[in-house]
Amino acid sequence: MSFIIRGRVWKYGDNINTDIISPGQYMSQPVDKQAEHAMEAIDPDFAGKIQAGDIIVAGNNFGSGSSRETAQMVLKHHQIGAIVANSFARIFYRNSINVGLPVVEMVDTSVIEEGDEVEIDLLAGKVINHTKGVEYKGTKLPEHLIEMVKLGGLEPYLANKLGIS
Amino acid sequence: MGMGMTMSEKILAKASGQESVKAGDIVWVNVDIAMMHDLLGPWLVDGGFRRLGGKLFDKEKVVVVSDHCTPPATVQQADILKFTRDWSRQQDLPYYYEFEGPCHQVIVEHGHVRPGRLILGTDSHTCMAGGLGAFATGIGSTEMIGVLLTGETWLKVPETIKVVWDGKIPHGVYAKDLVLKTIKDLGHAGATYQTIEFSGSAITDLSMDERLVLSNMAVEAGAKTGLIEPDEKVVEFLRSKGVTDEIDMVSSDPDASYIRTLHYNASELEPQVACPHEVDNVHPVSAVEGKAVDQVYLGSCTNGRISDLRIAAQILKGKKISKNIRCLVVPASQHIWMQANKEGILDILTEAGCIVNMASCGACGGFTSGVIGAGEVVMSSSNRNFRGRMGSAKGEVYLGSPASVAATAIEGKIADPRKYLLKEVM
Repeated sequence: MSFIIRGRVWKYGDNINTDIISPGQYMSQPVDKQAEHAMEAIDPDFAGKIQAGDIIVAGNNFGSGSSRETAQMVLKHHQIGAIVANSFARIFYRNSINVGLPVVEMVDTSVIEEGDEVEIDLLAGKVINHTKGVEYKGTKLPEHLIEMVKLGGLEPYLANKLGIS
Repeated sequence: MGMGMTMSEKILAKASGQESVKAGDIVWVNVDIAMMHDLLGPWLVDGGFRRLGGKLFDKEKVVVVSDHCTPPATVQQADILKFTRDWSRQQDLPYYYEFEGPCHQVIVEHGHVRPGRLILGTDSHTCMAGGLGAFATGIGSTEMIGVLLTGETWLKVPETIKVVWDGKIPHGVYAKDLVLKTIKDLGHAGATYQTIEFSGSAITDLSMDERLVLSNMAVEAGAKTGLIEPDEKVVEFLRSKGVTDEIDMVSSDPDASYIRTLHYNASELEPQVACPHEVDNVHPVSAVEGKAVDQVYLGSCTNGRISDLRIAAQILKGKKISKNIRCLVVPASQHIWMQANKEGILDILTEAGCIVNMASCGACGGFTSGVIGAGEVVMSSSNRNFRGRMGSAKGEVYLGSPASVAATAIEGKIADPRKYLLKEVM
Protein backbone atom coordinates (compact mmCIF):
# COMPACT_ATOMS: atom_id res chain seq x y z
CA MET A 1 0.00 0.00 0.00
CA SER A 2 1.26 3.42 -0.94
CA PHE A 3 1.55 6.24 1.58
CA ILE A 4 0.47 8.77 -1.06
CA ILE A 5 -2.98 8.46 -2.66
CA ARG A 6 -4.53 10.81 -5.20
CA GLY A 7 -8.07 10.68 -6.57
CA ARG A 8 -11.45 12.24 -7.25
CA VAL A 9 -13.87 12.88 -4.38
CA TRP A 10 -17.37 11.51 -3.75
CA LYS A 11 -19.03 13.17 -0.75
CA TYR A 12 -21.19 11.49 1.92
CA GLY A 13 -22.64 12.60 5.25
CA ASP A 14 -22.45 11.41 8.86
CA ASN A 15 -22.94 7.89 10.24
CA ILE A 16 -22.35 5.90 7.07
CA ASN A 17 -22.78 2.62 8.95
CA THR A 18 -21.86 -0.94 8.02
CA ASP A 19 -25.47 -1.86 7.17
CA ILE A 20 -25.34 0.89 4.51
CA ILE A 21 -21.91 -0.10 3.18
CA SER A 22 -22.56 -3.85 3.32
CA PRO A 23 -26.27 -4.73 3.82
CA GLY A 24 -26.83 -7.92 5.85
CA GLN A 25 -29.18 -9.43 3.31
CA TYR A 26 -26.38 -9.80 0.72
CA MET A 27 -23.52 -10.84 3.03
CA SER A 28 -23.62 -14.54 2.14
CA GLN A 29 -23.24 -13.78 -1.59
CA PRO A 30 -19.94 -13.57 -3.50
CA VAL A 31 -18.10 -10.25 -3.08
CA ASP A 32 -18.83 -8.99 -6.60
CA LYS A 33 -22.57 -9.47 -5.99
CA GLN A 34 -22.35 -7.80 -2.55
CA ALA A 35 -20.47 -4.90 -4.10
CA GLU A 36 -23.40 -4.16 -6.43
CA HIS A 37 -25.44 -3.25 -3.33
CA ALA A 38 -22.78 -1.23 -1.47
CA MET A 39 -24.16 2.11 -0.21
CA GLU A 40 -27.39 1.63 -2.20
CA ALA A 41 -29.63 2.57 0.76
CA ILE A 42 -28.35 6.15 0.53
CA ASP A 43 -26.92 6.25 -3.00
CA PRO A 44 -28.41 3.77 -5.50
CA ASP A 45 -25.90 4.98 -8.15
CA PHE A 46 -22.80 4.18 -6.08
CA ALA A 47 -21.80 0.89 -7.71
CA GLY A 48 -22.30 2.36 -11.17
CA LYS A 49 -20.46 5.64 -10.79
CA ILE A 50 -17.49 4.78 -8.60
CA GLN A 51 -14.15 4.46 -10.45
CA ALA A 52 -10.91 2.84 -9.37
CA GLY A 53 -8.88 5.25 -7.25
CA ASP A 54 -11.81 7.46 -6.24
CA ILE A 55 -11.79 8.83 -2.70
CA ILE A 56 -14.75 8.82 -0.33
CA VAL A 57 -15.01 11.92 1.87
CA ALA A 58 -17.55 11.75 4.70
CA GLY A 59 -18.55 13.33 8.00
CA ASN A 60 -18.61 11.88 11.50
CA ASN A 61 -18.56 8.26 12.63
CA PHE A 62 -17.88 6.54 9.30
CA GLY A 63 -18.29 2.75 9.46
CA SER A 64 -20.26 2.51 12.69
CA GLY A 65 -21.91 -0.74 13.71
CA SER A 66 -20.81 -4.20 12.75
CA SER A 67 -17.34 -5.79 12.70
CA ARG A 68 -18.13 -7.15 9.21
CA GLU A 69 -15.08 -6.95 6.99
CA THR A 70 -17.41 -7.36 4.02
CA ALA A 71 -17.61 -3.54 4.32
CA GLN A 72 -13.92 -3.26 3.46
CA MET A 73 -14.21 -6.09 0.94
CA VAL A 74 -16.88 -4.30 -1.14
CA LEU A 75 -15.05 -0.95 -1.00
CA LYS A 76 -11.82 -2.67 -2.05
CA HIS A 77 -13.72 -4.46 -4.80
CA HIS A 78 -14.61 -1.01 -6.17
CA GLN A 79 -10.91 -0.08 -5.74
CA ILE A 80 -11.63 2.91 -3.51
CA GLY A 81 -8.36 4.81 -3.08
CA ALA A 82 -8.97 6.04 0.45
CA ILE A 83 -11.59 7.26 2.89
CA VAL A 84 -11.33 10.66 4.54
CA ALA A 85 -13.76 11.42 7.38
CA ASN A 86 -14.13 13.64 10.42
CA SER A 87 -14.08 10.45 12.48
CA PHE A 88 -14.30 6.69 12.09
CA ALA A 89 -15.95 4.01 14.20
CA ARG A 90 -13.30 1.99 16.01
CA ILE A 91 -13.65 -1.48 14.47
CA PHE A 92 -14.01 -0.09 10.94
CA TYR A 93 -10.81 1.96 11.33
CA ARG A 94 -8.88 -1.04 12.59
CA ASN A 95 -10.21 -3.38 9.90
CA SER A 96 -9.33 -0.88 7.17
CA ILE A 97 -5.70 -0.72 8.25
CA ASN A 98 -5.58 -4.51 8.57
CA VAL A 99 -6.71 -5.00 4.97
CA GLY A 100 -4.72 -2.10 3.50
CA LEU A 101 -7.57 0.36 2.87
CA PRO A 102 -6.18 3.87 3.62
CA VAL A 103 -8.20 5.89 6.15
CA VAL A 104 -7.52 9.45 7.32
CA GLU A 105 -9.29 11.68 9.82
CA MET A 106 -9.38 15.46 9.48
CA VAL A 107 -11.20 18.04 11.58
CA ASP A 108 -13.74 19.30 9.06
CA THR A 109 -14.30 17.50 5.76
CA SER A 110 -17.03 20.00 4.73
CA VAL A 111 -14.31 22.13 3.10
CA ILE A 112 -13.89 19.43 0.45
CA GLU A 113 -16.47 19.28 -2.35
CA GLU A 114 -17.65 16.48 -4.58
CA GLY A 115 -15.47 16.20 -7.67
CA ASP A 116 -12.42 17.81 -6.03
CA GLU A 117 -9.06 16.21 -6.79
CA VAL A 118 -7.33 15.43 -3.49
CA GLU A 119 -4.02 13.92 -2.51
CA ILE A 120 -3.44 12.20 0.82
CA ASP A 121 -0.07 11.76 2.52
CA LEU A 122 -0.54 9.13 5.23
CA LEU A 123 2.89 9.57 6.83
CA ALA A 124 2.83 13.37 6.92
CA GLY A 125 -0.85 13.50 7.89
CA LYS A 126 -1.73 15.85 5.04
CA VAL A 127 -4.72 16.18 2.73
CA ILE A 128 -3.99 18.38 -0.31
CA ASN A 129 -6.94 19.70 -2.33
CA HIS A 130 -5.52 20.26 -5.83
CA THR A 131 -8.80 21.64 -7.17
CA LYS A 132 -8.90 24.39 -4.54
CA GLY A 133 -5.15 24.70 -4.02
CA VAL A 134 -5.48 24.20 -0.24
CA GLU A 135 -3.72 21.89 2.18
CA TYR A 136 -5.49 20.48 5.25
CA LYS A 137 -4.06 18.80 8.34
CA GLY A 138 -5.05 15.15 8.71
CA THR A 139 -4.20 12.51 11.28
CA LYS A 140 -0.86 10.81 10.87
CA LEU A 141 -0.78 7.06 10.73
CA PRO A 142 -0.05 5.79 14.27
CA GLU A 143 3.66 4.99 14.71
CA HIS A 144 3.19 1.29 15.51
CA LEU A 145 1.16 0.72 12.32
CA ILE A 146 3.54 2.26 9.78
CA GLU A 147 5.36 -1.03 9.20
CA MET A 148 2.07 -2.90 8.71
CA VAL A 149 0.77 -0.36 6.21
CA LYS A 150 4.12 -0.32 4.37
CA LEU A 151 3.83 -4.09 3.87
CA GLY A 152 0.20 -3.83 2.71
CA GLY A 153 -1.81 -4.87 5.77
CA LEU A 154 -1.92 -7.42 8.56
CA GLU A 155 -1.57 -10.57 6.45
CA PRO A 156 1.77 -9.61 4.83
CA TYR A 157 2.88 -8.19 8.19
CA LEU A 158 2.16 -11.54 9.87
CA ALA A 159 3.85 -13.43 7.03
CA ASN A 160 6.95 -11.33 7.69
CA LYS A 161 6.73 -11.80 11.46
CA LEU A 162 6.21 -15.56 11.17
CA GLY A 163 8.97 -15.89 8.56
CA ILE A 164 6.65 -17.12 5.79
CA SER A 165 7.43 -15.87 2.30
CA MET B 1 -5.80 12.22 39.22
CA GLY B 2 -6.01 8.74 40.68
CA MET B 3 -3.13 6.31 40.55
CA GLY B 4 -5.33 3.23 40.66
CA MET B 5 -6.40 1.18 37.69
CA THR B 6 -9.77 0.68 36.03
CA MET B 7 -11.09 -2.81 35.29
CA SER B 8 -10.03 -2.37 31.67
CA GLU B 9 -6.49 -1.43 32.69
CA LYS B 10 -6.25 -4.38 35.08
CA ILE B 11 -7.48 -6.95 32.56
CA LEU B 12 -5.21 -5.62 29.81
CA ALA B 13 -2.24 -5.44 32.20
CA LYS B 14 -2.74 -9.12 33.00
CA ALA B 15 -3.25 -10.03 29.34
CA SER B 16 -0.02 -8.24 28.40
CA GLY B 17 1.99 -9.66 31.28
CA GLN B 18 2.60 -6.32 32.97
CA GLU B 19 2.16 -5.04 36.51
CA SER B 20 0.27 -2.02 35.34
CA VAL B 21 -0.83 -0.23 32.18
CA LYS B 22 -2.64 3.04 31.66
CA ALA B 23 -5.16 4.39 29.18
CA GLY B 24 -3.46 5.28 25.90
CA ASP B 25 -0.76 2.58 26.14
CA ILE B 26 -0.41 0.29 23.13
CA VAL B 27 -0.04 -3.25 24.43
CA TRP B 28 0.42 -6.70 22.92
CA VAL B 29 -2.07 -9.00 24.62
CA ASN B 30 -2.64 -12.73 24.93
CA VAL B 31 -6.19 -13.65 23.99
CA ASP B 32 -8.13 -15.99 26.32
CA ILE B 33 -11.01 -16.75 23.94
CA ALA B 34 -11.13 -16.22 20.16
CA MET B 35 -14.74 -16.46 19.04
CA MET B 36 -16.02 -16.66 15.45
CA HIS B 37 -19.47 -17.09 13.99
CA ASP B 38 -20.42 -18.60 10.65
CA LEU B 39 -20.94 -15.42 8.62
CA LEU B 40 -17.65 -13.69 9.55
CA GLY B 41 -15.62 -16.70 10.63
CA PRO B 42 -13.91 -19.68 8.97
CA TRP B 43 -15.48 -18.90 5.58
CA LEU B 44 -13.61 -15.56 5.42
CA VAL B 45 -10.63 -16.50 7.57
CA ASP B 46 -9.55 -19.79 6.02
CA GLY B 47 -7.64 -18.44 2.98
CA GLY B 48 -5.27 -16.19 4.91
CA PHE B 49 -5.05 -18.68 7.78
CA ARG B 50 -3.79 -21.38 5.41
CA ARG B 51 -1.42 -19.06 3.55
CA LEU B 52 0.20 -18.30 6.91
CA GLY B 53 0.69 -21.90 7.99
CA GLY B 54 -2.81 -22.90 9.08
CA LYS B 55 -1.91 -23.91 12.64
CA LEU B 56 -4.10 -22.80 15.56
CA PHE B 57 -2.32 -21.26 18.55
CA ASP B 58 -4.50 -23.24 20.99
CA LYS B 59 -7.68 -24.99 19.91
CA GLU B 60 -8.98 -24.99 23.51
CA LYS B 61 -9.23 -21.20 23.26
CA VAL B 62 -11.06 -21.07 19.94
CA VAL B 63 -14.88 -21.15 19.95
CA VAL B 64 -16.98 -21.27 16.78
CA VAL B 65 -20.75 -20.72 16.79
CA SER B 66 -22.96 -21.05 13.71
CA ASP B 67 -25.86 -18.70 14.36
CA HIS B 68 -26.31 -16.24 11.47
CA CYS B 69 -27.06 -18.80 8.76
CA THR B 70 -29.26 -21.02 10.96
CA PRO B 71 -31.49 -22.32 9.60
CA PRO B 72 -30.12 -21.51 6.15
CA ALA B 73 -32.56 -19.46 4.07
CA THR B 74 -30.54 -19.77 0.85
CA VAL B 75 -28.11 -22.22 -0.70
CA GLN B 76 -25.28 -19.72 -0.14
CA GLN B 77 -26.07 -19.68 3.59
CA ALA B 78 -26.20 -23.49 3.63
CA ASP B 79 -22.77 -23.55 1.97
CA ILE B 80 -21.34 -21.15 4.56
CA LEU B 81 -22.83 -23.24 7.38
CA LYS B 82 -21.36 -26.44 5.93
CA PHE B 83 -17.99 -24.77 5.45
CA THR B 84 -18.01 -23.64 9.10
CA ARG B 85 -18.95 -27.11 10.36
CA ASP B 86 -16.36 -28.88 8.19
CA TRP B 87 -13.63 -26.41 9.14
CA SER B 88 -14.35 -26.84 12.84
CA ARG B 89 -14.13 -30.64 12.44
CA GLN B 90 -10.91 -30.44 10.42
CA GLN B 91 -9.37 -28.28 13.13
CA ASP B 92 -10.68 -30.76 15.71
CA LEU B 93 -12.21 -27.91 17.71
CA PRO B 94 -13.55 -29.00 21.10
CA TYR B 95 -16.00 -26.07 21.11
CA TYR B 96 -18.16 -25.84 18.01
CA TYR B 97 -21.87 -25.03 18.46
CA GLU B 98 -24.61 -24.76 15.85
CA PHE B 99 -28.38 -24.23 16.00
CA GLU B 100 -27.94 -23.32 19.69
CA GLY B 101 -28.55 -19.58 19.34
CA PRO B 102 -26.62 -16.33 18.89
CA CYS B 103 -22.90 -16.67 19.75
CA HIS B 104 -22.90 -14.05 22.51
CA GLN B 105 -25.49 -15.95 24.54
CA VAL B 106 -24.04 -19.39 23.70
CA ILE B 107 -20.54 -18.55 24.96
CA VAL B 108 -22.02 -17.20 28.19
CA GLU B 109 -24.16 -20.32 28.75
CA HIS B 110 -21.25 -22.68 28.10
CA GLY B 111 -18.98 -20.98 30.63
CA HIS B 112 -16.47 -19.56 28.13
CA VAL B 113 -17.10 -16.04 29.43
CA ARG B 114 -15.51 -15.38 32.81
CA PRO B 115 -14.49 -12.28 34.73
CA GLY B 116 -11.01 -11.01 33.89
CA ARG B 117 -10.75 -12.82 30.56
CA LEU B 118 -9.83 -11.14 27.29
CA ILE B 119 -12.31 -12.21 24.61
CA LEU B 120 -12.14 -11.19 20.95
CA GLY B 121 -14.86 -12.12 18.48
CA THR B 122 -15.72 -11.45 14.85
CA ASP B 123 -18.89 -9.60 15.81
CA SER B 124 -19.41 -6.11 17.18
CA HIS B 125 -21.70 -7.31 19.98
CA THR B 126 -18.91 -9.47 21.46
CA CYS B 127 -18.87 -6.73 24.12
CA MET B 128 -21.87 -8.47 25.73
CA ALA B 129 -19.40 -10.67 27.64
CA GLY B 130 -18.45 -7.56 29.62
CA GLY B 131 -21.63 -8.07 31.65
CA LEU B 132 -19.73 -10.80 33.50
CA GLY B 133 -16.58 -8.70 33.82
CA ALA B 134 -14.65 -9.96 30.77
CA PHE B 135 -12.89 -7.45 28.52
CA ALA B 136 -14.58 -8.38 25.26
CA THR B 137 -14.65 -6.62 21.92
CA GLY B 138 -15.30 -7.12 18.22
CA ILE B 139 -12.57 -7.54 15.62
CA GLY B 140 -12.54 -8.15 11.88
CA SER B 141 -11.88 -11.42 10.09
CA THR B 142 -8.34 -10.47 9.01
CA GLU B 143 -7.38 -9.59 12.55
CA MET B 144 -8.83 -12.94 13.63
CA ILE B 145 -6.36 -14.69 11.31
CA GLY B 146 -3.52 -13.23 13.36
CA VAL B 147 -5.20 -14.18 16.63
CA LEU B 148 -5.79 -17.77 15.46
CA LEU B 149 -2.14 -18.16 14.46
CA THR B 150 -0.40 -16.37 17.32
CA GLY B 151 -2.94 -15.96 20.13
CA GLU B 152 -1.92 -12.30 20.25
CA THR B 153 -2.87 -8.91 18.95
CA TRP B 154 -2.25 -5.27 19.83
CA LEU B 155 -4.78 -3.15 21.67
CA LYS B 156 -4.83 0.45 22.80
CA VAL B 157 -5.76 0.57 26.47
CA PRO B 158 -9.04 2.51 26.50
CA GLU B 159 -10.10 5.35 28.72
CA THR B 160 -13.22 4.60 30.74
CA ILE B 161 -16.53 6.40 31.01
CA LYS B 162 -18.24 5.60 34.29
CA VAL B 163 -22.02 5.40 34.04
CA VAL B 164 -23.68 5.29 37.44
CA TRP B 165 -27.33 4.30 37.79
CA ASP B 166 -28.58 4.64 41.37
CA GLY B 167 -32.11 4.40 42.72
CA LYS B 168 -34.85 1.83 42.40
CA ILE B 169 -35.89 0.94 38.86
CA PRO B 170 -39.65 1.61 38.53
CA HIS B 171 -42.18 -1.06 37.59
CA GLY B 172 -42.34 -1.45 33.81
CA VAL B 173 -38.82 -0.08 33.29
CA TYR B 174 -35.94 -2.43 32.46
CA ALA B 175 -32.23 -2.61 31.64
CA LYS B 176 -33.10 -1.87 28.00
CA ASP B 177 -34.59 1.47 29.00
CA LEU B 178 -31.50 2.30 31.08
CA VAL B 179 -29.13 1.54 28.24
CA LEU B 180 -31.20 3.38 25.60
CA LYS B 181 -31.21 6.49 27.81
CA THR B 182 -27.44 6.14 28.31
CA ILE B 183 -26.82 5.83 24.54
CA LYS B 184 -29.06 8.83 23.88
CA ASP B 185 -26.96 10.96 26.22
CA LEU B 186 -23.56 9.65 25.09
CA GLY B 187 -24.50 9.72 21.40
CA HIS B 188 -23.85 6.89 18.96
CA ALA B 189 -20.16 7.76 18.73
CA GLY B 190 -19.85 9.24 22.22
CA ALA B 191 -17.82 6.38 23.66
CA THR B 192 -15.67 5.58 20.60
CA TYR B 193 -12.34 3.95 21.62
CA GLN B 194 -13.53 3.95 25.26
CA THR B 195 -14.92 1.50 27.82
CA ILE B 196 -18.29 2.11 29.42
CA GLU B 197 -18.28 0.87 33.01
CA PHE B 198 -21.80 0.51 34.42
CA SER B 199 -22.13 0.79 38.19
CA GLY B 200 -24.47 1.98 40.95
CA SER B 201 -27.15 0.37 43.07
CA ALA B 202 -29.61 0.00 40.17
CA ILE B 203 -26.99 -2.01 38.26
CA THR B 204 -26.10 -4.33 41.15
CA ASP B 205 -29.84 -4.93 41.65
CA LEU B 206 -30.12 -6.25 38.08
CA SER B 207 -30.25 -9.96 37.33
CA MET B 208 -27.54 -11.59 35.19
CA ASP B 209 -30.00 -11.62 32.28
CA GLU B 210 -30.49 -7.86 32.46
CA ARG B 211 -26.84 -6.94 32.98
CA LEU B 212 -26.07 -8.53 29.63
CA VAL B 213 -28.46 -6.07 27.94
CA LEU B 214 -26.28 -3.16 29.07
CA SER B 215 -22.97 -4.66 27.97
CA ASN B 216 -24.47 -5.95 24.69
CA MET B 217 -25.40 -2.43 23.64
CA ALA B 218 -22.21 -0.61 24.72
CA VAL B 219 -21.02 -0.70 21.10
CA GLU B 220 -24.12 1.28 20.07
CA ALA B 221 -22.42 4.26 21.72
CA GLY B 222 -19.24 3.36 19.85
CA ALA B 223 -17.59 1.78 22.90
CA LYS B 224 -14.83 -0.82 22.77
CA THR B 225 -16.52 -2.74 25.55
CA GLY B 226 -19.10 -2.38 28.33
CA LEU B 227 -18.09 -3.67 31.76
CA ILE B 228 -19.87 -4.50 34.98
CA GLU B 229 -17.89 -5.44 38.08
CA PRO B 230 -18.44 -9.13 38.88
CA ASP B 231 -20.19 -9.96 42.17
CA GLU B 232 -21.78 -12.96 43.89
CA LYS B 233 -24.51 -13.15 41.23
CA VAL B 234 -21.83 -13.74 38.59
CA VAL B 235 -20.13 -16.41 40.72
CA GLU B 236 -23.45 -18.13 41.35
CA PHE B 237 -24.29 -18.02 37.64
CA LEU B 238 -20.93 -19.53 36.60
CA ARG B 239 -21.18 -22.26 39.26
CA SER B 240 -24.63 -23.13 37.88
CA LYS B 241 -22.96 -23.58 34.48
CA GLY B 242 -20.44 -26.03 35.93
CA VAL B 243 -17.46 -23.66 36.23
CA THR B 244 -15.41 -24.87 39.19
CA ASP B 245 -12.19 -22.83 38.68
CA GLU B 246 -11.30 -19.89 40.86
CA ILE B 247 -12.97 -16.73 39.57
CA ASP B 248 -11.03 -13.48 39.09
CA MET B 249 -13.16 -10.88 40.90
CA VAL B 250 -11.62 -8.00 38.98
CA SER B 251 -12.75 -4.52 40.02
CA SER B 252 -11.71 -0.93 39.44
CA ASP B 253 -9.64 0.69 42.17
CA PRO B 254 -11.42 3.43 44.14
CA ASP B 255 -8.83 5.95 42.89
CA ALA B 256 -8.93 4.84 39.24
CA SER B 257 -9.10 7.59 36.59
CA TYR B 258 -12.23 8.11 34.52
CA ILE B 259 -12.48 10.38 31.52
CA ARG B 260 -16.11 11.15 32.31
CA THR B 261 -18.77 10.16 34.82
CA LEU B 262 -22.52 10.21 34.20
CA HIS B 263 -24.94 9.98 37.16
CA TYR B 264 -28.54 8.87 36.84
CA ASN B 265 -31.44 8.25 39.17
CA ALA B 266 -33.24 5.19 37.80
CA SER B 267 -36.40 5.89 39.81
CA GLU B 268 -37.20 8.82 37.49
CA LEU B 269 -36.91 6.84 34.24
CA GLU B 270 -39.84 5.92 31.99
CA PRO B 271 -39.79 3.34 29.17
CA GLN B 272 -37.59 4.46 26.25
CA VAL B 273 -37.79 3.80 22.50
CA ALA B 274 -35.00 4.19 19.90
CA CYS B 275 -36.50 5.54 16.67
CA PRO B 276 -35.22 5.08 13.09
CA HIS B 277 -32.46 5.04 11.94
CA GLU B 278 -29.95 5.48 14.78
CA VAL B 279 -29.74 3.88 18.22
CA ASP B 280 -29.23 7.27 19.89
CA ASN B 281 -32.48 8.67 18.45
CA VAL B 282 -34.17 7.83 21.75
CA HIS B 283 -37.46 9.21 23.08
CA PRO B 284 -39.72 8.37 26.03
CA VAL B 285 -42.40 5.90 24.94
CA SER B 286 -45.03 8.60 25.48
CA ALA B 287 -43.55 10.55 22.55
CA VAL B 288 -44.00 7.68 20.04
CA GLU B 289 -47.05 5.92 21.47
CA GLY B 290 -49.62 5.11 18.79
CA LYS B 291 -47.14 4.62 15.91
CA ALA B 292 -48.59 1.74 13.85
CA VAL B 293 -46.32 -1.27 13.24
CA ASP B 294 -46.41 -4.28 10.91
CA GLN B 295 -44.18 -6.64 12.86
CA VAL B 296 -43.09 -7.14 16.43
CA TYR B 297 -39.80 -8.90 17.20
CA LEU B 298 -39.36 -10.27 20.70
CA GLY B 299 -35.95 -11.82 21.12
CA SER B 300 -32.27 -11.63 20.07
CA CYS B 301 -29.04 -11.85 22.08
CA THR B 302 -29.97 -8.46 23.53
CA ASN B 303 -33.37 -9.29 24.98
CA GLY B 304 -34.40 -12.89 24.32
CA ARG B 305 -33.48 -14.36 27.69
CA ILE B 306 -35.84 -16.21 30.02
CA SER B 307 -36.63 -13.15 32.16
CA ASP B 308 -37.56 -11.24 28.98
CA LEU B 309 -39.89 -14.01 27.82
CA ARG B 310 -41.46 -14.20 31.30
CA ILE B 311 -42.26 -10.48 31.21
CA ALA B 312 -43.78 -10.78 27.73
CA ALA B 313 -45.84 -13.78 28.84
CA GLN B 314 -47.09 -11.84 31.85
CA ILE B 315 -48.32 -9.08 29.54
CA LEU B 316 -49.74 -11.35 26.82
CA LYS B 317 -51.35 -14.01 29.01
CA GLY B 318 -55.01 -14.45 28.07
CA LYS B 319 -54.80 -11.69 25.45
CA LYS B 320 -54.58 -11.65 21.67
CA ILE B 321 -52.08 -9.74 19.60
CA SER B 322 -53.43 -7.22 17.09
CA LYS B 323 -54.83 -8.75 13.89
CA ASN B 324 -52.86 -6.18 11.89
CA ILE B 325 -49.42 -7.52 12.82
CA ARG B 326 -47.32 -10.64 13.24
CA CYS B 327 -45.28 -11.15 16.38
CA LEU B 328 -42.08 -13.21 16.07
CA VAL B 329 -40.58 -14.65 19.24
CA VAL B 330 -36.90 -15.63 19.06
CA PRO B 331 -35.40 -16.95 22.32
CA ALA B 332 -31.71 -16.07 22.77
CA SER B 333 -30.70 -19.74 22.86
CA GLN B 334 -32.06 -23.24 22.45
CA HIS B 335 -31.49 -23.69 26.17
CA ILE B 336 -33.79 -20.72 26.86
CA TRP B 337 -36.30 -22.04 24.31
CA MET B 338 -36.55 -25.30 26.27
CA GLN B 339 -36.79 -23.49 29.61
CA ALA B 340 -39.60 -21.28 28.26
CA ASN B 341 -41.34 -24.38 26.98
CA LYS B 342 -41.11 -26.06 30.40
CA GLU B 343 -42.55 -22.98 32.09
CA GLY B 344 -45.52 -22.88 29.74
CA ILE B 345 -44.37 -19.53 28.33
CA LEU B 346 -44.40 -20.71 24.71
CA ASP B 347 -48.02 -21.85 25.15
CA ILE B 348 -49.03 -18.45 26.49
CA LEU B 349 -47.27 -16.62 23.66
CA THR B 350 -48.57 -18.84 20.86
CA GLU B 351 -52.11 -18.77 22.27
CA ALA B 352 -51.87 -14.98 22.12
CA GLY B 353 -51.04 -15.32 18.42
CA CYS B 354 -47.22 -15.10 18.44
CA ILE B 355 -45.00 -17.24 16.20
CA VAL B 356 -42.07 -18.87 18.00
CA ASN B 357 -38.93 -19.26 15.87
CA MET B 358 -35.70 -21.08 16.71
CA ALA B 359 -32.88 -19.24 18.43
CA SER B 360 -30.74 -17.53 15.78
CA CYS B 361 -29.56 -14.14 14.55
CA GLY B 362 -32.39 -14.41 12.01
CA ALA B 363 -34.30 -11.26 11.23
CA CYS B 364 -32.39 -9.11 13.77
CA GLY B 365 -29.57 -8.77 11.24
CA GLY B 366 -31.74 -9.11 8.14
CA PHE B 367 -30.48 -12.62 7.35
CA THR B 368 -33.33 -15.15 7.71
CA SER B 369 -36.75 -15.86 9.23
CA GLY B 370 -38.76 -12.66 9.22
CA VAL B 371 -36.96 -9.87 7.34
CA ILE B 372 -39.11 -6.84 6.46
CA GLY B 373 -40.18 -5.34 3.13
CA ALA B 374 -40.25 -1.76 1.86
CA GLY B 375 -42.46 0.50 3.96
CA GLU B 376 -42.81 -1.98 6.82
CA VAL B 377 -42.35 -0.92 10.44
CA VAL B 378 -40.96 -3.14 13.22
CA MET B 379 -40.94 -2.74 16.98
CA SER B 380 -38.05 -4.90 18.18
CA SER B 381 -36.27 -5.81 21.40
CA SER B 382 -32.96 -6.19 19.51
CA ASN B 383 -29.98 -3.84 19.53
CA ARG B 384 -29.67 -1.99 16.21
CA ASN B 385 -32.09 -0.01 14.04
CA PHE B 386 -29.90 1.15 11.14
CA ARG B 387 -31.46 1.66 7.73
CA GLY B 388 -31.79 -1.78 6.13
CA ARG B 389 -30.81 -3.60 9.32
CA MET B 390 -33.77 -6.00 9.35
CA GLY B 391 -34.32 -6.22 5.59
CA SER B 392 -35.47 -3.49 3.24
CA ALA B 393 -33.63 -0.17 3.39
CA LYS B 394 -37.10 1.36 3.04
CA GLY B 395 -38.28 -0.25 6.29
CA GLU B 396 -38.22 1.27 9.78
CA VAL B 397 -37.02 -0.29 13.03
CA TYR B 398 -37.95 0.93 16.53
CA LEU B 399 -36.22 -0.55 19.60
CA GLY B 400 -37.63 -1.04 23.08
CA SER B 401 -37.76 -3.38 26.06
CA PRO B 402 -39.48 -6.78 25.83
CA ALA B 403 -42.34 -5.31 27.88
CA SER B 404 -42.77 -2.40 25.44
CA VAL B 405 -42.57 -4.87 22.56
CA ALA B 406 -45.25 -7.13 24.10
CA ALA B 407 -47.56 -4.19 24.77
CA THR B 408 -47.06 -3.06 21.17
CA ALA B 409 -48.04 -6.54 19.96
CA ILE B 410 -51.42 -6.22 21.71
CA GLU B 411 -52.23 -2.79 20.29
CA GLY B 412 -50.52 -3.07 16.88
CA LYS B 413 -49.14 0.35 17.75
CA ILE B 414 -46.18 1.34 19.88
CA ALA B 415 -47.49 1.17 23.45
CA ASP B 416 -46.49 1.93 27.03
CA PRO B 417 -46.17 -1.41 28.87
CA ARG B 418 -46.94 0.02 32.28
CA LYS B 419 -50.70 0.01 31.84
CA TYR B 420 -50.58 -3.77 31.30
CA LEU B 421 -48.22 -4.44 34.17
CA LEU B 422 -49.89 -2.22 36.77
CA LYS B 423 -53.03 -4.35 36.63
CA GLU B 424 -50.99 -7.30 37.85
CA VAL B 425 -49.70 -5.33 40.83
CA MET B 426 -53.14 -4.10 41.92
